[in-house]
Amino acid sequence: MLLYQELTLPSGQKYSQPLGLFINNEFVPSSNGSVLITENPGTGKVITSVQAADPVKDVDRAVKCARKAFKSWKSVSLIEKREMFFRLAQLVQDNIDLLSQVESLDSGKPVKTNAREDVEAVADTLKYLAGWIDKTGGDAFSPAKGKLCYTLHQPLGVVGCIIPFNFPLSMMSWKWTAIAAGNTTVFKSAHQTPLSILVFAELVARAGFPQGVFNVVSGQGDSVGTALVRHLGVDKIAFTGSTRVGQLIQRNASVNLKPVTLECGGKSPIIVFEDADIDEAVKWAAFGIFYNMGQICSGTSRCFVQRSRYEEFLIKLVAFTKESFPVGAPEDPDSVVGPQITRDQQIKVFSYIKGAISQGCRIILGGPELPNIIADDERHNGGFYVGPTILADAEPHYRVVQEEIFGPVLSVGQFDDYEDAMRISNDSQYGLGASVFTQSIAQAHQFADEVESGMVWINSSNELDYHMPFGGVKMSGHGRELGKYGLLNFTNVKAVYVNYCKL
Amino acid sequence: MFAAARTQSAFISSAFISRRLLRLYSNFPLKVPITLPNGQSYEQPTGLFVNGEFRPSHQHKTFEVINPATEEEITHVYEAREEDVDTAVAAAKKAFDNGWSMSNPETRAAGLFKLADLLEHHSETLAAIESMDNGKSLLCSRGDVALVTKYIRSCGGWTDKLYGNVIDTGKDHFAYSVREPLGVCGQIIPWNFPLLMWSWKVGPALATGNTVVLKPAEATPLSALFASQLCQEAGIPAGVVNVIPGYGKIVGERLCKHPDVKKIAFTGSTATGRHIMKSASDTIKKITLELGGKSPNIVFGDADLDKAVRNIAFGIFFNSGETCCAGSRVYVQDTVYDEVLEKFQAYTEALGVGDPFKEGIFQGAQTSQNQLDKILSYVQTGTDEGARVVTGGQRHGSKGFFIKPTIFADVHENMKIVREEIFGPIVTVSKFSTVDEVVSMANNSVYGLAAGIHTKDVNKAIDVSNRIRAGTIWINTYNAFHQSVPFGGFGQSGIGSEMGAAALDNYTQTKSVRMSIDKPHY
Repeated sequence: MLLYQELTLPSGQKYSQPLGLFINNEFVPSSNGSVLITENPGTGKVITSVQAADPVKDVDRAVKCARKAFKSWKSVSLIEKREMFFRLAQLVQDNIDLLSQVESLDSGKPVKTNAREDVEAVADTLKYLAGWIDKTGGDAFSPAKGKLCYTLHQPLGVVGCIIPFNFPLSMMSWKWTAIAAGNTTVFKSAHQTPLSILVFAELVARAGFPQGVFNVVSGQGDSVGTALVRHLGVDKIAFTGSTRVGQLIQRNASVNLKPVTLECGGKSPIIVFEDADIDEAVKWAAFGIFYNMGQICSGTSRCFVQRSRYEEFLIKLVAFTKESFPVGAPEDPDSVVGPQITRDQQIKVFSYIKGAISQGCRIILGGPELPNIIADDERHNGGFYVGPTILADAEPHYRVVQEEIFGPVLSVGQFDDYEDAMRISNDSQYGLGASVFTQSIAQAHQFADEVESGMVWINSSNELDYHMPFGGVKMSGHGRELGKYGLLNFTNVKAVYVNYCKL
Repeated sequence: MFAAARTQSAFISSAFISRRLLRLYSNFPLKVPITLPNGQSYEQPTGLFVNGEFRPSHQHKTFEVINPATEEEITHVYEAREEDVDTAVAAAKKAFDNGWSMSNPETRAAGLFKLADLLEHHSETLAAIESMDNGKSLLCSRGDVALVTKYIRSCGGWTDKLYGNVIDTGKDHFAYSVREPLGVCGQIIPWNFPLLMWSWKVGPALATGNTVVLKPAEATPLSALFASQLCQEAGIPAGVVNVIPGYGKIVGERLCKHPDVKKIAFTGSTATGRHIMKSASDTIKKITLELGGKSPNIVFGDADLDKAVRNIAFGIFFNSGETCCAGSRVYVQDTVYDEVLEKFQAYTEALGVGDPFKEGIFQGAQTSQNQLDKILSYVQTGTDEGARVVTGGQRHGSKGFFIKPTIFADVHENMKIVREEIFGPIVTVSKFSTVDEVVSMANNSVYGLAAGIHTKDVNKAIDVSNRIRAGTIWINTYNAFHQSVPFGGFGQSGIGSEMGAAALDNYTQTKSVRMSIDKPHY
């Protein structure tokens, strides 16, 4: 049974890739011998295969180890816990070259302009969480003479964390909030991207985290994921992924009424009013959808521009995107737009683009075929590339405006006035993010107040700060990650009444 | 035309000297009927409010209270001296020790809610008393009283939301913190918002379980005395609120030095604030100071100019300019300077000035002869320094302390009228061209109370508000107070904030409790 394999990265560097399940700080084989094949999206070729968890035996083993660790993790002092987080952050920083290359290889993220930033964010998130470890607590309150009331914020127990393929390491680091809040965990990586988290797991053991605090099982969502969600020994599920799977998780989690945090899909609007700084709006509009190949749940994928500035916006947007979002292989340092995660995803995006054309959209950039620079590159033309695509003249009811594509496709339409823009913005089953460009104070604040979303960006898009809660409303999910709210999502509150007066 | 109960105090001579002599030993009634300028009659308490009752001062000394709009005497009130401060502090200390400090939050909430209801019930009377005593227009007084009731009610809601923390310090200890009241609070309030400042002081102190000895300004003691009897009616225990009119040098000084007073909250001038800090230092009292200002009010070229003009006029002429946070330095971008000045002049000249009780009057009288003289001397200084009077610059009428709303243009940054707080309806207007320039002009002051920014550009508004050193920033509005929003100054404008959650910090101290938990032996 192969538990490590020497792999050669596109840079020529060799490393030892762990392949086992990570349970109790050790890599172990799957108990049923099954494996999960993973591909390089940049070439379409197989990289390797990792051990896939047995949905019954291995998931149960991981949960039991986490349960056992929960008891001892509770007694580890806060100072020690904090030190472990800082050590882990430092190890991530020390291994940034390897981690970002593995991330890039497995997910197709451009190594220099994307994957490396993710790994830096992982280190930063761990440091941010470390600072919270000794600042959680409850409230104390004296309601009357002879009475003291207080609250304790206590960890839930074992948390199942299910992470997506678009930000394998960085979405994982957000869910380390569970560990910072005193829980132990079983992580299930996305079946498309199992590699980087296993390399990271080695660092967890080196940082001194006790056995069983952080466990990783690789596997498919419908088998391994479902087993985790239905497991009676799991006290909470934190999930990032599609809305369809989120619905399934909420249904399955009802088996023992375990709380769930769901961070699901989106179709976030970006609204550009005529008084906006158009040059700035163009930059953020491009970033908000073409970053990470459009594989961003909060990507601002539907853009509506006030009629008087529409044509100007389109011309500038095309010019800026051409210049700033070059397509290329993930290992190419100049590449900003790499491949989609899978062949299926590439085909799905192409079909959305074709559908948009037949519904009446005008393609002003990109299209449903391999970008030329890739088509001519024999090493990479088997990869899953889609070039940044801009669909003009989109109407609010078009499929590309209503449905989440999860690719580098921006539909752009027009609106008349504020009421029109607000109606279009809220005409969606989703409610994750919303972006507005205007110089008007009144209009900006009114928009922030009235738009149905968990996050609003005024004069930017998809900006992120650890202090701010991330999450959605409507079909985009519930619960929040990061910030103080994120910690509260991983604790129970217990109310304690102390009576020190005689009846 | 609205004389006090002179029938009962006919022995008070109109001659200043003899009146002074009589004051020392007078047996002035503890309540006098007064007919307000609006025709309504009411009973005005005139004694010191100590331990739940009105009483004469130890020396039986009284001082007169003037109506600034007529320059006529309204009544006399008893004047507290050192020994009266001691009596009031003793009453407040007894009330604190005997239960109020340990009272249930709902007891304090019930008292404050009831007090707010009573203030609301008497709101017209209170507004009229305020206008009669202070000279401000009824329009301004009514706004004050509305905020008073809202704020006292908000304080009632805070009583049961004063949380400490439970702090995780490991399994072998249990640690928590609670917020406890300070004790007797000495509170010294000014004459420009007599009742509003009473509420800003009494509200948070009572919500957090403190007791108070409050000194209203000698020029405007009436509304505080009237409101204090409502505390009694609201069921707030005797001794929790004590109100003793008197002079700062005597009553204020004694409060600042009294060993049983644990905190001084003061609103007034920066000079007095400085003195209070020194006096309170002997006994290491906690202090909050809400002091003077010379607040900039900035109009950018891209602002809605008509709205901006309304805001800069409201910023300076509201409350007859007797507002610590008045926007007394207006800065207008050069592209719209002439247009704004022209509109501002027209708007100002159309403002209703005069009898505070008359319909349509916006700006009433200044509060005292002293204040009027001081303002007029600043007008003279401004003219001497070469500033141009665009409008105003003179008394309005010959009776009552009225002054025409005054605009100075063509001013320089080093002029006294740009540097010093005038505390009247006098505004200077300067020109600027760039953002950097106006930020530097705005920050060129020892004060830092408030600032106004008028622009439609959201980026500029936030950028400039980040760069201005002031405790309150108003964007496209001015003097827009809200009971939930903290108010306090940077720099020499003071220490601490009033209103909102921040005010409660000023009236509580944190006690940390950490206990060792032995491992069970079983």
